[in-house]
Amino acid sequence: MKYITDFRIFPLGDSAITVDFGNIIDEDINLNVLARYQQLTNDPVEGVIEIVPAYSSLTLHYDMLAISKNIPKGQLAYNWMHEEIGRRFQQPLALQENNGALVKIPVCYDTFFAPDLKSLADSKGMSCEEIVQLHLSKQYRVYMLGFLPGFAYLGQVDDKLATPRKSQPVEVAAGSIGIAGRQTGIYPIVSPGGWHIIGRTPVHLFDSDKENPALLKPGDSVQFVSITLNEFESY
Amino acid sequence: MNLRVIKGGILDSVQDNGRYGYQHLGVNPGGAMDRLSAQIANILVGNSLNDAVIELHFPASEFFFEQPALISISGADFMASINGDEVPSHQPILVSKFSLLQFYRMKAGARAYLSVRGGFDLPVWFNSYSTNLKAMAGGYKGRILQKDDEIGIQSDEVLASILGKKEYQVLPWKADIGWEDTHVTELLALPGNEWEQLTASSKESLEQASFMITSHSDRMGYRLSGQLLSPTSKEELVSSAVSFGTVQLLPDGQLIVLMADHQTTGGYPRVAHVISAHHSRLAQLNPGERIQFKLCDHALAESLKAKQQQHVLQLEYACKFKLEGMGIMPR
Repeated sequence: MKYITDFRIFPLGDSAITVDFGNIIDEDINLNVLARYQQLTNDPVEGVIEIVPAYSSLTLHYDMLAISKNIPKGQLAYNWMHEEIGRRFQQPLALQENNGALVKIPVCYDTFFAPDLKSLADSKGMSCEEIVQLHLSKQYRVYMLGFLPGFAYLGQVDDKLATPRKSQPVEVAAGSIGIAGRQTGIYPIVSPGGWHIIGRTPVHLFDSDKENPALLKPGDSVQFVSITLNEFESY
Repeated sequence: MNLRVIKGGILDSVQDNGRYGYQHLGVNPGGAMDRLSAQIANILVGNSLNDAVIELHFPASEFFFEQPALISISGADFMASINGDEVPSHQPILVSKFSLLQFYRMKAGARAYLSVRGGFDLPVWFNSYSTNLKAMAGGYKGRILQKDDEIGIQSDEVLASILGKKEYQVLPWKADIGWEDTHVTELLALPGNEWEQLTASSKESLEQASFMITSHSDRMGYRLSGQLLSPTSKEELVSSAVSFGTVQLLPDGQLIVLMADHQTTGGYPRVAHVISAHHSRLAQLNPGERIQFKLCDHALAESLKAKQQQHVLQLEYACKFKLEGMGIMPR
């Protein structure tokens, strides 16, 4: 576990600011992102509306007018925010290795739910069964939520499964499990998407009626468990 | 008593200033595309700035008032009428029980906002009335408005007594929005983090050329068509946050401007960000129109936003004063 002090701060338009630890998918970096997210949640920066942690970056959306009211006249809200974040991120952190839950997610890999399994297997010179076994072979870290309500970006899949996104998005059913690059993810709701779909879960990843609507949170681990078509239907 | 939808429009939904605090769960802020116009519609009837309004696209819904109400329409001009008589935008209108509100023609702009004094009697989902069509939550049953929908509105006896026997009455003051150029296609933008990754000629094109808003444009984003732009490197970006107004470079060399229903995160290069003060004019543009980007700095972006806010607050003050003069007290 590394405590990372090397980061870059840049604006995301005039009402948000991003801190970037490097453009990579890396567990240590993601742990730092989540620890900083926690730090800023526990001790909020005035004028910050919300914070969006991602793979290797953290973005703070802020109310520039609220900030301007509280800083010396003539100073830009962005400059104040940049300095404040820089200062906060010099403060040491208590990094926790394992504070996430292990969530088992049943997946039916039947071709009925896996429109891209055969083509993926063919492109890799493997059988469908081998692809499924590789996908089941490890636990995945939830790096971030984004894209759609409750969509969890999981990583990283075995190198042998890595495959670029489709060039054109297609309609993807809710519960679909996809692969893109070395990421795997679950579509919580029906949506256009460019990931290769290899199975489907009957579990609801996002329930708008719940106070905590998203099943997964960053830092959780996911273990996929294979189920049959019958088990899916009676789930 | 209710506001009843007697004919559904193409894409009319309940919105407010957006749902914040849930982007870390992938729930986007949504909200009115043209927040400024939504706020002006609220101000005109004495609502708070963040009350729910109905965002209308053309062809718009038709509404029937089952009780007297104080309403206003701001944003796009769809030639609103009450019981067949044309009524103006940006002015408060008292309507009697059994009034019919219709919209005839798309005269200017892309989105109109209907406010009703007292707001709408709807459940709040995650601190906001905004309709999240993807999550099918918020607003009116998480969906666009349809024929026979009934939305509860507050009753206020003062309104009926002012109206007397009149079917409707346009109140004699108008929101002065002359300070906001409502139809300008030049958009100021801050350079994005991947601006420097554009080739020199692409940077020049982005600032000099105009881009057409294509028909693949909706509440999520505007796909643009124009000169192809290219990055100097093909390095893929890991997903990170994006925002309303973010201009992304797509793999095919075209641009997309993210709008109210944008994804919370994305992985395409962020070459620019339209400044907040110009989101309103951006939201009033239609497919087929051309836009030009002009880069600016934070100093200008922040001062334009502050100026806009000042006008909003002045308008709010003036309208409250006028309404009180008619016996319509602050809520």
